[in-house]
Amino acid sequence: MKAFTTHRGIVAPLDNANVDTDQIIPKQFLKSIKRTGFGEALFFDWRYLPDGRPNPEFVLNAPAYRGASILVTRNNFGCGSSREHAVWAVRQYGFRAVIAPWQPRGETRVPAFADIFHNNCVQNGLLAVELSEAEVEEIFQMVARFPGLEATVDLDEQRIVLHLPEEIAFHFSIDAGVKEHLRHGLDAIGLTLQHEQDIAAFEKSHDVQMAR
Amino acid sequence: MSKTLFEKIWDRHVVKTLPDGSALLYIDRHLVHEVTSPQAFEGLRLAGRKVRRPDLTFATMDHNVPTDQQTVIRDPVSKAQVEALRQNCRDFGVPLYDLEHESQGIVHIIGPELGLTLPGTTIVCGDSHTATHGAFGTLAFGIGTSEVEHVLATQTLRQKKPKTFKVEFTGRLPRGVTSKDMILKLIGQIGTAGGTGYVLEYAGSAVSALSMEARMTICNMSIEAGARAGMIAPDETTFNYIASESRPFAPQGAALDKAAAFWKTLPSDPGAAYDRTLALHAADIAPQVTWGTSPGMVGDVTGVVPAPGQVPGYGARDVEQALAYMGLTPGTPMTDIRVDTVFIGSCTNGRIEDLRKAAAILKGRKAAKNVRVMVVPGSAPVRRQAMAEGLDKIFIEAGAEWRYAGCSMCLAMNPDQLKPGERCAATSNRNFEGRQGKGGRTHLCSPEMAAWAAVEGHFVDIREKNG
Ligand code: SF4
Repeated sequence: MKAFTTHRGIVAPLDNANVDTDQIIPKQFLKSIKRTGFGEALFFDWRYLPDGRPNPEFVLNAPAYRGASILVTRNNFGCGSSREHAVWAVRQYGFRAVIAPWQPRGETRVPAFADIFHNNCVQNGLLAVELSEAEVEEIFQMVARFPGLEATVDLDEQRIVLHLPEEIAFHFSIDAGVKEHLRHGLDAIGLTLQHEQDIAAFEKSHDVQMAR
Repeated sequence: MSKTLFEKIWDRHVVKTLPDGSALLYIDRHLVHEVTSPQAFEGLRLAGRKVRRPDLTFATMDHNVPTDQQTVIRDPVSKAQVEALRQNCRDFGVPLYDLEHESQGIVHIIGPELGLTLPGTTIVCGDSHTATHGAFGTLAFGIGTSEVEHVLATQTLRQKKPKTFKVEFTGRLPRGVTSKDMILKLIGQIGTAGGTGYVLEYAGSAVSALSMEARMTICNMSIEAGARAGMIAPDETTFNYIASESRPFAPQGAALDKAAAFWKTLPSDPGAAYDRTLALHAADIAPQVTWGTSPGMVGDVTGVVPAPGQVPGYGARDVEQALAYMGLTPGTPMTDIRVDTVFIGSCTNGRIEDLRKAAAILKGRKAAKNVRVMVVPGSAPVRRQAMAEGLDKIFIEAGAEWRYAGCSMCLAMNPDQLKPGERCAATSNRNFEGRQGKGGRTHLCSPEMAAWAAVEGHFVDIREKNG
């Protein structure tokens, strides 16, 4: 997995909430037994017309966002199925980071990304950035005013900078374990296998039938 | 210290706490299907790794399989995926419930049938509806393909401990209202991200009164509320289900008694603390129907299609877009919505009890003209049982298609698909754009609601119907 430290690129806006994994990559592409080739199918039903031509109405087809590598979207991105193909598609299209808003609920936050999708991001070096609703709204507005706007996402500093004549910066928080994983592009299986002895010892006393 | 059901199971399965605070969690059962596993097996091959516990790994084919007959897959790409699973199971020594196997079926239906799903255990699968198994007091959740590979190689997962959320359904369900309506109502209330980061525990008298099948329906759709897992404490209903039939992987005889004694210790202790709680009155729940393209876009069958700006939790634009896709106008009574297709099946409602309930309604009745009705049992055993009870004849006489087992039109990865613009009453779990076929329009509901929609050609308030 490619390590993530800092990345600069064009920001593309996808102004939809609850974008589900069926939308990110429809089922017909899940038949592949390979790990590559999903970028072409990203947002397939939105991105292409029934005759296969690019849909000019769809935002990623607009010339300003050609080559975009940072996606800004709304809450609950990646809900639905566990298909990692969705993250492969986002990543292979060329996105390195996705920005979405958490939502307030009393004292707590409703996460911006669906749970399994978020885990899949971590496994594939796709940085999922959570900002407040107001901050995400500001990015949407800036992108609307300056289509093709570039931003830098700095994982070390946990900062996003919009490259405007007068730069705007946002701080984001991230789980320490996730940050480590992304910064070093870690191989989770390799790391876990370092605890092989612990697993073997656990198995000796653990009854999988009754789980006691 | 008082513990919840979830905490008791979690604590028993922590192999080690890792430096970043997450846990290395032991997995008792790993269920595998053809769609989310090929890249995981390929990863093992590339790294020269083996499956650590093939004896705890179980594979089936369900998503791509045809349901008009049992074994011939015509689509070459689907066929290649199914072939890949066969090859992977051979190469890595994993048992496979192949198409001709007498126990083949949707992964979340066969787990409980085989006795693989047991209280107090951990189950994972590369499938978000793994939460279904939580109905047994099991910690069960869906994972991505990289995590599938991780479990294959290590029989563990690195997990952050989720928070707990108790949902209590008090009182009794009215007649004609089902567990499907309970879960749809909850999703409508807390939203499709309302459970994100939590494990849900469903409790209360209306939950205790449910059969295992009905409990599985609730737990199944936990993911539609954003939660990876949903659980129900095991009780006599659970133990009876496990003991009632031949379940090859469940303990038998003295071992079963011993296991049951342990299972009785699993329910949450009195006074155990949850991070969040919510109570709903079962008596207030009406039959539910979704009208939009997200499971939270749902309402009472007695209501009307809402207008943009009137739907809590959804922005006006989202509702506008959903209504445009669904071809619906605000203010339309739900009971005026006519359907072209009725789909009865899936891991949410493709079990024997669901088919019995649908058959009881269709018996001696006919599907409305121009309504296509598909009944797809969730597994080969469900299909056999239904035929032994003569349910297949009831369906066929009512004008329905009686299919072989598989996921079928739940996600339309096989040829069972809606055409653009077609409207379907579905007993499955997702109404996303294009879920049942590009341009297809899905209304989620219970099997009883779907069966009456088949007869009348539109949704009806089944509380006003007799049997
Ligand atoms: S029936 Fe539907 S939801 Fe269930 S496993 Fe199959 S495709 Fe997934």
